[in-house]
Amino acid sequence: MSDRFSGLLLRRADDALVLGHRLSEWTGHAPSLEEELALANLALDLIGQARALYALAAEKGAGEDEDSLAYLRGDREYTNLLLLELPNGDFAVTIARLFLYAAFMDPFWRAAAGSRDRDLAAIAAKAEKEAAYHLRHAAEWLIRLGDGTEESHRRAQAALERLWPYTGEMFEPEDEVLVAADVCPEPAGLREAWNRTVDAVLAEATLSRPAECWMQSGGRAGRHTEHLGHMLAVMQSVARAHPGGKW
Amino acid sequence: MYSQALNTRDAGPSAEDADALARFQARIDAEEKIEPNDWMPEAYRRTLTRQISQHAHSEIVGMLPEGNWITRAPSLRRKAALLAKVQDEGGHGLYLYAAAETLGTAREELVEQLLSGRAKYSSIFNYPTLSWADIGAIGWLVDGAAIMNQIPLCRCSYGPYARAMIRVCKEESFHQRQGYEIMLTLCRGTEAQKAMAQDALNRWWWPCLMMFGPPDTASQHSDASMKWKIKRFTNDDLRQKFVDATVPQGLHLGLTFPDPELRLEDGHWRFGAIDWDEFKRVVAGDGPLNRERLAARKAAHEEGAWVREAALAFAAKRRRKAA
Amino acid sequence: MTEARTPLWEVFLRSRTGLSHRHVGSVHAADAVMALQAARDTYTRRGEGLSIWVVPSAAITASDPAEKGMLFEPAASKIYRHPTFYEVPDEVGHM
Repeated sequence: MSDRFSGLLLRRADDALVLGHRLSEWTGHAPSLEEELALANLALDLIGQARALYALAAEKGAGEDEDSLAYLRGDREYTNLLLLELPNGDFAVTIARLFLYAAFMDPFWRAAAGSRDRDLAAIAAKAEKEAAYHLRHAAEWLIRLGDGTEESHRRAQAALERLWPYTGEMFEPEDEVLVAADVCPEPAGLREAWNRTVDAVLAEATLSRPAECWMQSGGRAGRHTEHLGHMLAVMQSVARAHPGGKW
Repeated sequence: MYSQALNTRDAGPSAEDADALARFQARIDAEEKIEPNDWMPEAYRRTLTRQISQHAHSEIVGMLPEGNWITRAPSLRRKAALLAKVQDEGGHGLYLYAAAETLGTAREELVEQLLSGRAKYSSIFNYPTLSWADIGAIGWLVDGAAIMNQIPLCRCSYGPYARAMIRVCKEESFHQRQGYEIMLTLCRGTEAQKAMAQDALNRWWWPCLMMFGPPDTASQHSDASMKWKIKRFTNDDLRQKFVDATVPQGLHLGLTFPDPELRLEDGHWRFGAIDWDEFKRVVAGDGPLNRERLAARKAAHEEGAWVREAALAFAAKRRRKAA
Repeated sequence: MTEARTPLWEVFLRSRTGLSHRHVGSVHAADAVMALQAARDTYTRRGEGLSIWVVPSAAITASDPAEKGMLFEPAASKIYRHPTFYEVPDEVGHM
């Protein structure tokens, strides 16, 4: 049970860290000063979620501490969604990804706030408010990009097409034992809520929902895109160059 | 927040009404704040617009050297703190642009002055960040130097600038501490970590002393700024204050300063000659990274143009719909 | 190329202390919804506020500093509006 629980925590922690890291790459390069601050806030929320989840996983015996889990595991040990490790692309890709993910995480954390595990429930209760704001921010931007100029519409639609094949992975079954024990929600059960959110926002954004297609998979099993290796090589470079170093 | 004495001098007031000027100076002398709609001499407006916008540009360009290490911060705690700090710099740029805008120049125009190379920013940000220890050194030294400059600006005669600086100084209080803590951790760490810290101090020390601007003997600009209470201390006063505060902190770390002439004399740490040729060269555009820094800002601006246009187009559409 | 101007908004926050909304600064945003988000992301990062107002800067009407004398000086002589104008013997206690 403990390994199963750690696995759940690491999946969600890796998701949050990888997306938080990607968003932090915008620092100094955002489309406006106001959005510069907004993107950093999103990244800080996600890094904070990752830290809380890693710390809990470490407590349960998954590793020494949050940093050893973040900095000393290789890409095959990371179990994040492929969606979140893709490069940022343009602002439309960044916003569309955040939207698609937050539209799932908002109901996920809300459900997980009722988890039988009190530690996870506490993390979820905090993360749920953050995810709700992430969804709000991403949706408002997606609506503006979709219904803005011809160029922004084209870029937003292209971003959705690019990311769509990576959305299926969010709904892959969670650990059945943990679901049965009411420790975490079953992702498939959140699909309807996700569809409603996505369809409503895309309609307001005058964007079309991409056609159903073959879905990418593998992140949860540590089989990643080519991008994660590069991301981790950068992220872990200092920590790995000084084994045992305190920072 | 990095205000450096970059502000160049304006010719004094010319055809303006002598009575109005006298009344204006009397308000300044009485420590009254000047507010956006108040009458002010054109030279005061120009000097402030330039100084505040250069201050804002420095914050924005200053995000780049530190931003260079966000993706490589060696622990999650450091990553979050650095990201929050660099975000603060962006916020400070935002407050300062808003303060400059109250003088009648739009942010778009101020940004254009930066991107076209007409406006300057603090020369310190043209130096590269080469190791994690540079993040510690920047927080400790660059922010430390900036604080020396900024605290007196909280009492600047121009209300919006003074208010922006009060907010900035409040937020900055964690920046120098996080930098010093990084240095302290490195100095208590492995030999390699301590060497990294020493190397960072060696590279950043002299450029930090240059941040206060040319020596008082060579600075012909201070008179008007002092008279108008935009500036309250001279470059050399602030520089000495910084050195006096910083040297004991460095010695506590067990580090040495790259200045053989550094010595304690009459209660002050006296330092060797600053290479003003280097300073002039870097301000004029030939520093290690002047071109890269500006190119990065230009790229962000140009690549963001379609996003800003989309937001405006959407707002216009909705206004039409509502009408 | 001249960049189109993104409107300026004035930001007001009501803090935990229960005092009225207070002006804290400005943001640029194309519309009110984004202005509110920008204000949240810029001015409440340290838990400064529980409620935000954003107002288009162009919508503010300000008094003329040249009329300061006419507008505000007449109030200075109305000392009878202040409680200290009135004498109450010490033995009556606080009033």
